[in-house]
Amino acid sequence: MDTNLIVLTLASVLADSSPLVFAVIGETLGEKAGITNLSLDGTILLSAMVGFAVAFTTDNLYLAFLAAMLVGASVASIVAFSSIVLKLDQIAVGFVLTMLCADLSTFFGNPYVRKPGPAVPHLAMPGLGEIPVIGKIFFDQNAVVYLSLLVILAVWWWIYKTQPGLQLQSIGERPAAAFARGANVNAQRFVYTVLGGALVGFGGAAYSLFVKLGWSYHHTSGIGWIALAVVIFGGWHPIRGAIGAYIFGGLQSLSGLAQSVPAFANVPTQVFQTAPFALMIVALLLVSNQAIDRFFSGSPISRKVWQSLRGAPPGALGTVFEQE
Amino acid sequence: MRLEFQHIHKHFGAVHANNDISFTIEAGTIHGLLGENGAGKSTLMKILSGFIRRDAGEIRLDGHAVEFKNPAEALHLGVGMLHQDPLDVPPLSILDNFLLGRQTRLIQDRSAARADLQTLSQRFGFDLDPDAPVASLTVGERQQLEIVRLLSRGARVLIFDEPTTGISLPQKVKLFETLRLLAQQGMTIIFVTHKLADAEDLCEQVTVLRLGRVVGQVTRPFTSAQLVQLMFGQTFATRERAAVAPGEPVLELRDLCVADYRLRVPHITLTARAGEIIGLAGIEGSGQRLLLRACAGLDAPVAGEIRIAGAKMNRQPYRAFLARGVGYLPAGRLEEGLVAGLNLTEHFILARRTREWLVNWNAAQNHARARIAEFNIRGDPASRVESLSGGNQQRALLALLPLDLKLMLLEHPTRGLDIESTLWVWQQLLERRQRGAAILFSSADLDEILEYSDRILVFSGGRVAQALEGRETSAQQLGELIGGKGL
Ligand SMILES: Nc1ncnc2c1ncn2[C@@H]1O[C@H](COP(=O)(O)OP(=O)(O)O)[C@@H](O)[C@H]1O
Ligand SMILES: [Mg+2]
Repeated sequence: MDTNLIVLTLASVLADSSPLVFAVIGETLGEKAGITNLSLDGTILLSAMVGFAVAFTTDNLYLAFLAAMLVGASVASIVAFSSIVLKLDQIAVGFVLTMLCADLSTFFGNPYVRKPGPAVPHLAMPGLGEIPVIGKIFFDQNAVVYLSLLVILAVWWWIYKTQPGLQLQSIGERPAAAFARGANVNAQRFVYTVLGGALVGFGGAAYSLFVKLGWSYHHTSGIGWIALAVVIFGGWHPIRGAIGAYIFGGLQSLSGLAQSVPAFANVPTQVFQTAPFALMIVALLLVSNQAIDRFFSGSPISRKVWQSLRGAPPGALGTVFEQE
Repeated sequence: MRLEFQHIHKHFGAVHANNDISFTIEAGTIHGLLGENGAGKSTLMKILSGFIRRDAGEIRLDGHAVEFKNPAEALHLGVGMLHQDPLDVPPLSILDNFLLGRQTRLIQDRSAARADLQTLSQRFGFDLDPDAPVASLTVGERQQLEIVRLLSRGARVLIFDEPTTGISLPQKVKLFETLRLLAQQGMTIIFVTHKLADAEDLCEQVTVLRLGRVVGQVTRPFTSAQLVQLMFGQTFATRERAAVAPGEPVLELRDLCVADYRLRVPHITLTARAGEIIGLAGIEGSGQRLLLRACAGLDAPVAGEIRIAGAKMNRQPYRAFLARGVGYLPAGRLEEGLVAGLNLTEHFILARRTREWLVNWNAAQNHARARIAEFNIRGDPASRVESLSGGNQQRALLALLPLDLKLMLLEHPTRGLDIESTLWVWQQLLERRQRGAAILFSSADLDEILEYSDRILVFSGGRVAQALEGRETSAQQLGELIGGKGL
C-alpha cells in the first residue's frame, strides 16, 4: 500500500465517521448531565430522513441541517421531559422512541427513496489544504467535517475547562451536591439533553447529505446503537469518544479494503459488513470487564494507566433528582 | 451569628419529625444537638440550611427572620451544613470541589482558587492536596474540605451532622480542635450527635431532642447522667450478663487471610467456642465484613484454614456452611438480607428449606403470623418488607434465621435502630447464646462492643490484633487500637 492510499483512507475515515462523531458527542453531553437518551438510533434515522427531505424539496442545505437538528432536539426533549417531569424510566422511553422514530422515518420517507438530491459541497481550506499529508487528511474536506472536529474540541473545552462545565459534571455525578451549591439541576439536565439531541440530529443529516447520499429503508444502518456503545467505550469523555468513533470508522473501511484482497475472495461480503460491529463488542468487553480490571490492578502503574483509559459512568446516570 | 428557632414544625407523612421546636443559639459558641436516631436532628438542620422547607415556624438570624428556598440561599446568608455523608463530588479533584458553586467567570481563575484553598487549609493545619480526587480521601479529610469550602463562601454558622461517625480517633481530635478554633474566631457551631461523650467533650450548651420535640437544654457544667436522663427519659445501668461457660469450639481460624481488590488482612487466628460472643471492632471497611463473609462461606479466603465444628470448610459451598448451622446477617437489610417487593409471608416461605413444589398459603400465613407475634414485628403477613421501619426489618431478619444455629455472623446488628429495638435485638442474641450459639458481630459503636463482647478482635490498617478480653478492655484502649495506636 503506498502512502497516498493510506492518506486517502484516513481522510475518508475522518469524513465518513463524522455523523457518528456528532451522535457520540451529543449523547456524551446528555449522559454527562445524567440522562441517557437511548432513542439515538431512531433519532438519527428520522433526522437523516427529514434532513434529506428538506434538502430535496427546498434545495437549501442550511434549512436541511436546521430541520434535522430540530428533530433531534424534539425527540431529546421528550426523553428529558418524561424523565425529569414524569419520572418515567429513561431506558423504556428511549426504547419506545427508537421504534417510533424508525417507523416514522420509513412512513414519511417513502416519497424520497432512491431519489438523487443535493449533497454537502466539498470545501478545501485554502492554503491549509496544501500541507502534505496533514492537509490532505484534515483540510481537504467539507464544512460538516470541519464542524465535527470543532464540536469535539468545543465540548471537551466546555466540560473540562469552564465553570458551567464543572457544574455539568457535578450534576451528572452527584446532583444533590450540585443542588447544594446552587445549581438548578433539572433545568440544566433538560438543556444539555436537548442540546445533545440537536447534535445527534445534525449527525443524522450529515449521514444522508454526504456520507451515504439520499434516503432508503433503514438508511443509517444502526449507527445509533454503535454511538451508544462508543460513548461507553470512550468513558464518557468527548475526545476518547471521538477516537472510538474513528476506530469504528477505520474498522469499517478496513473491512471494505479487505474485500478487495484476492485471498479473501471466497469470504461472503456480509462477514465484512458485520465484522466492525463484532469487533466493537469485543472492544466494549475489554473496557468494561471486571476480570480485566483485576488483571490490570496488579501493579500501581498498570492500574493508573488502565483507570485513565477506562472512565466510569457519571455517578447519577439514569436517576431522577428530587429536592427533599 | 445569633440563631433562633421559633415553633418549627415538620411532617413527613404521618411522622411529626419536628414538633414545635424553639430554642436559641448564641454567636461564637459550640452548641450540641443531642438525640437518638430518628429524634429529628437532621431534619431540623436541613430546614436551617435550606435543604427542606418547614411546615410552620420561624428562623431568625441576628434577630432577622429569614426564609431560604435552597441551600445556596442559606449559604449566601452565612449558614452552611456538613452532612453526615459529606455532600461533595467524589470523582472530581479537591480544587474542582472547592470551585463548585462559586461565582466565577466562564473560565475560572484556578490559581487564585488554589491559593485561597491553601491559605485556608494552612490556617487550620489541614493537609489537602488540591489535585487529589476526593474519592481518594478519608471521611475526615472530606470534612476538612467542606469546612474550608464553606468558610471561603462566607459561612458564619457551621452545622456538623454526626461528624464523628466514620472518622479515626486522631481525626476526631483534630476535628474538635478545629471546631474550638472556629468558635474562637466567632463562628457559631452546631454539633449534631447521638454520642453523649462527644457532646460532653465539646459543647458549651446542649439541646436534647426526643421524638421531634425539645426535651431539655443544659449549659456547662453538666454531667453525662443529666444528658442520659434527657435523652432516654431514664438511666440505663449496664446490666450484668449471665455468665455462660464456653463449650466446644465452633469456629476455628488458622492463619486465615481474607482480601478483596483493595484490602488484604492476613494472619487471623481465632477460636470461638459455643456460647461466646466476639466483637469485631474497627473503622468501617477494615476487613470485618470480609472476615464475616469468609466464615459464612460467601467469599473464599485467600489463605489459611476455616474449621466449623471441627470440620475443615475451605472450598466448601455455601450450602455446606448452612448445613453446619452457620447464619449470616448482612448490614444491608434491604439490599442483601431481604427481598424488597416481597411480603413477610413470602420471606418465611423462602427461608424454609423444603422440597415441596406447591406452597400451602394458609399454613404459611399462620406460620408468618406466629413469627411476627413472637418477634414483635410491627407489620402483618402481607406487609412488604420495604414498608417496615429499620428496627422491624431487623426483627424480621432475625425471625428468618433458623433457631438451631451454631454460629451467628452479624454485621452491624443494631445499626440505625432506636434504643428499644437495640435492646430487644440483644436480648434475642443473648438467648441464642444461652442455647449454645457462638456469635461474631461487627459494630461501629464501641460501647456496644464493650458491653456485649467476651472477646474483641480489633481491625486496623490491614491488621488484626490479638483478641482482647472484653471485661479487661477500656473504651480508651479500644479507641486507640482502632485509631492505629499500639497495634
Ligand atoms: N425525607 C424523609 N421522608 C420521610 N421521612 C423522613 C424523611 N427524613 C426524615 N424522616 C423521618 O423523620 C424522623 C426524623 O429523622 P431525622 O431528622 O433524620 O432524625 P435524626 O437525624 O435525629 O436521626 C424519622 O422518623 C425519619 O424516619
Ligand atoms: Mg441524622
